[in-house]
Amino acid sequence: MFGLNNDYCAIDIPETYHPQSDYTKGIARWCPGCGDHTVLHAVQRLCAEKQLPPEKTVFVSGIGCSSRFPHYMDTYGFHGLHGRAFPVAEGVKFRRPDLHVFVVTGDGDCCSIGAGHWLHAIRYNMNITVLLFDNAIYGMTKKQTSPTSPMGTISNTHPEGSVLPPVNPIQTTLGVSNVSFVAQTVDWVPSHLYATIKAAYEHQGFSFVKISMRCPKFMADFSKKKVSERDTVQLLMHENGIQPDEATERMFTHHVQHDPTNINAARTLAEDPSLTYLGLFYQNKQALRYDLYGAHNLGYTPEQKMAAIERKLEAFTV
Amino acid sequence: MENHIDTLTAAPASKTGKTTLPRHIVEIVADSGEGAQKAGTSFASMSAKIGNGVWTVEIIPSDIEPPPRTLQSTSGIRIRIGSKEVTNAGDEADLVVAFNEVAPYSRIEQHAFKPGTKILIESAWGQHDDPGIRESYAKAIADFKKRDYIVYEIPMAEECLKFVPDPKRGKNMWVLGMLCYIYLRDLSIAEDQIRLTFRKKSQAVIDSNLSLLHAGHAWAAENLDFQYEIPSMPSEKELVVMNGNEAFAFGAMAAGVEVCSMYPITPATSVSHMLAEAFEKAGGLVHQAEDEIAAIGFAIGSSYSGKTAMTVTSGPGIALKTEFIGLAVMAEVPLLIINVQRGGPSTGMPTKIEQGDLLAVLYGAAGDAPKIVIAPSTIEECFQFVIVARQIAEAFRTPVFLLSDSNLATGVQPFPKPKLKAEWMSAPIDQSPWKEGVTPFAWDEETGLSKRPIPGQKGGEYTLTGLTHNSKGQVSYLPEVNQKSTEMRSRKLAAFSRTLKPPKIYGDEEGDLLLVGWGSTRGSIEEAVDRARELGGKVSSVHLRFLSPFEPGLKDIFKRFKKVMTVEINYSDDPNAPLITEENRRYSQLAWILRARTLVDIDCFSNVHGQPLKPRYILERIKTEINL
Repeated sequence: MFGLNNDYCAIDIPETYHPQSDYTKGIARWCPGCGDHTVLHAVQRLCAEKQLPPEKTVFVSGIGCSSRFPHYMDTYGFHGLHGRAFPVAEGVKFRRPDLHVFVVTGDGDCCSIGAGHWLHAIRYNMNITVLLFDNAIYGMTKKQTSPTSPMGTISNTHPEGSVLPPVNPIQTTLGVSNVSFVAQTVDWVPSHLYATIKAAYEHQGFSFVKISMRCPKFMADFSKKKVSERDTVQLLMHENGIQPDEATERMFTHHVQHDPTNINAARTLAEDPSLTYLGLFYQNKQALRYDLYGAHNLGYTPEQKMAAIERKLEAFTV
Repeated sequence: MENHIDTLTAAPASKTGKTTLPRHIVEIVADSGEGAQKAGTSFASMSAKIGNGVWTVEIIPSDIEPPPRTLQSTSGIRIRIGSKEVTNAGDEADLVVAFNEVAPYSRIEQHAFKPGTKILIESAWGQHDDPGIRESYAKAIADFKKRDYIVYEIPMAEECLKFVPDPKRGKNMWVLGMLCYIYLRDLSIAEDQIRLTFRKKSQAVIDSNLSLLHAGHAWAAENLDFQYEIPSMPSEKELVVMNGNEAFAFGAMAAGVEVCSMYPITPATSVSHMLAEAFEKAGGLVHQAEDEIAAIGFAIGSSYSGKTAMTVTSGPGIALKTEFIGLAVMAEVPLLIINVQRGGPSTGMPTKIEQGDLLAVLYGAAGDAPKIVIAPSTIEECFQFVIVARQIAEAFRTPVFLLSDSNLATGVQPFPKPKLKAEWMSAPIDQSPWKEGVTPFAWDEETGLSKRPIPGQKGGEYTLTGLTHNSKGQVSYLPEVNQKSTEMRSRKLAAFSRTLKPPKIYGDEEGDLLLVGWGSTRGSIEEAVDRARELGGKVSSVHLRFLSPFEPGLKDIFKRFKKVMTVEINYSDDPNAPLITEENRRYSQLAWILRARTLVDIDCFSNVHGQPLKPRYILERIKTEINL
């Protein structure tokens, strides 16, 4: 037809089309009004848009409210140990480049008990999409101070208010060598949330998205304040950044031009505690990827392997 | 019964001073960097080649480059050769080559010498410019003589200077030449060995080492009045010579393991060194993780995705990995965990020998976490057991522990070159669609076994969780679900134990005393049993390879002996120590479990000296036990 031969007809029709419902499983048991629900919905939408084969998609999480996430995805999932999602996800990806790997983690999981793994995961820069659900409180264990709780947060472990300044996950991530993608969004602006997660998925490398989450149960006032204080929010604008839709642009009227290839500018923005920047802080498409190293000598036949072992054994033969 | 005692007895010295012996122990001790180990491993390889039994143990300083001529700087090697298989490092050394007078003291501290031990010592220190060194040398020589060692002062440096400008480089090959004379070795084999050892060096280096070899030999022929012949029979099979950690690495590759995820820890790390060197072309990779916890997490992730992985560690690493080990048990993830044990608790003695992790490995996790634990007892078994462990891990969907220790890790022994088989290698990951209607934990009621879905298998999608889950993989805290799932994981051990045979008894089927051992102590125990039987003792031994679950039939075996005693390198209370009673005595680790398992009143003989167990010590204990 139209002079095109079969070889040239590049429209690839997938064998199965996966509607969004193909990615949903069970009824999420998070509290009503919890931000986790909106992220779950956005991720399921992304999977459908990208037509990720459910059998080739793996959600790895740690422990905490957010880490229940894989149970609600009809894909492969790994709900492991508190703080240890990163090493598991790296192991999944290392010799399985065909798998789409996501990590869902929380502020306690990532920035406290798993902080060591977090730093190294950034440096490994494997092609994994990371969603940090930051509600600034421990929910599952019932309201203890989190490393990202603002100073003065009243909690069960600090009834008089928390006494230390919080960890700044964006600043920390930007400080690690070989960092390749850092973005921030919020759960209550679905279009920006979706655009950010999508950009993160499309980035080939370790894409770190910090999502500010509402916790109506234990951080009700803080959540309300965050949602209402639009004046402290600055939208990061750039042709290479995340493109907010018109509604988002109208909602947040402060816009900042920021080139996401400029790491120094990104760090300067991240250090400002008074403002919340939404969008892409930094992207480096050239950062070295450890998953490519992991997959570089795959697929040897037993014969090839045995021949290599035999050769090595020669040096030990008497 | 294969006898460790040779029928050959020591023949009297001939006119030339030649003595024929069934076995001999030689040590070379020097400062680190003087090549003592290179000379020793060359000598060991040559001995294996001509058909001697060989066991070597490295003597390693705990620091990288400690100040020279100190107790801490001694580096060296012990080589025990025999006309038959040598299964352990033996008792005290018969012959010692010392590059200085301080090094022997680090061995004297470890009770490595005996009256009559010949010490061949570098005499240059006696003429050193520094009067302090001259004095130290003279004092040591006098002391050695007082201890009834037989001292030979040898001008090693002086002789080497005739061939090389710096005797520190090359003295080891001169010593190798000397040893070749003493042990009547064919120099052409030594020449081949030097060419192999220095194959990456220039021809000039090889030539210089060859001339040193000949010089050492010639000097010894002219000046020494003794020679030892350890008769040998060349093996018909092709042999390989390696240590236990290298054998683990080869076993892992032969088993088709593609991922070794580890964090450096003594004495386990060298497994990963060997792998890192060979893996590239054998289709695998070593991942050096950021910590011990990440190392096992990464391995579990890899196993989950279908590439069953291995992690290699030692006691402190096991402590850190414990939570993940529990997850692997709970979520039924196949995994190989090699624990090369060291002295503990805490940082303990990183380079020393101890079998102290058995109970920690078995019971160190929260809740009920049944595990399969196996322990190789020879270098060859280190190779074979990884292949076995891999198959068990896959078939039983569980982590499998391999317990080794520093004795096997650094001990070197020849064994028949393994014939690799394609069926040992893992099959390609099953990516065929998952059978509809089958749940991710479809436990077989009788065996607890179930098939696991692997990412990529359509229709098998499930979320692995460390939370209690039902056969569908769904989280559930229902009383019957937790009871059932715990039962199913435990049942797998029972099913596995049904595949095992009763262990073989070394010696008679019944008698006065049965020694029970596990891991690296086998050679020492069996040698002690042999010696006791020579003296008329009704002693046998049994060596356990499977520690969880046990091989069947143990109680039946124990009942046939008047006394049963475990022999282990870990702590037990001396029953005669202050405050110790029958009620509060703490037993050796295997003894604890065997007592609980069999209700037999099993005693134990153990210490935490950090040293290989000397057959002589075991023999002495046997003698008191049965009034021999």
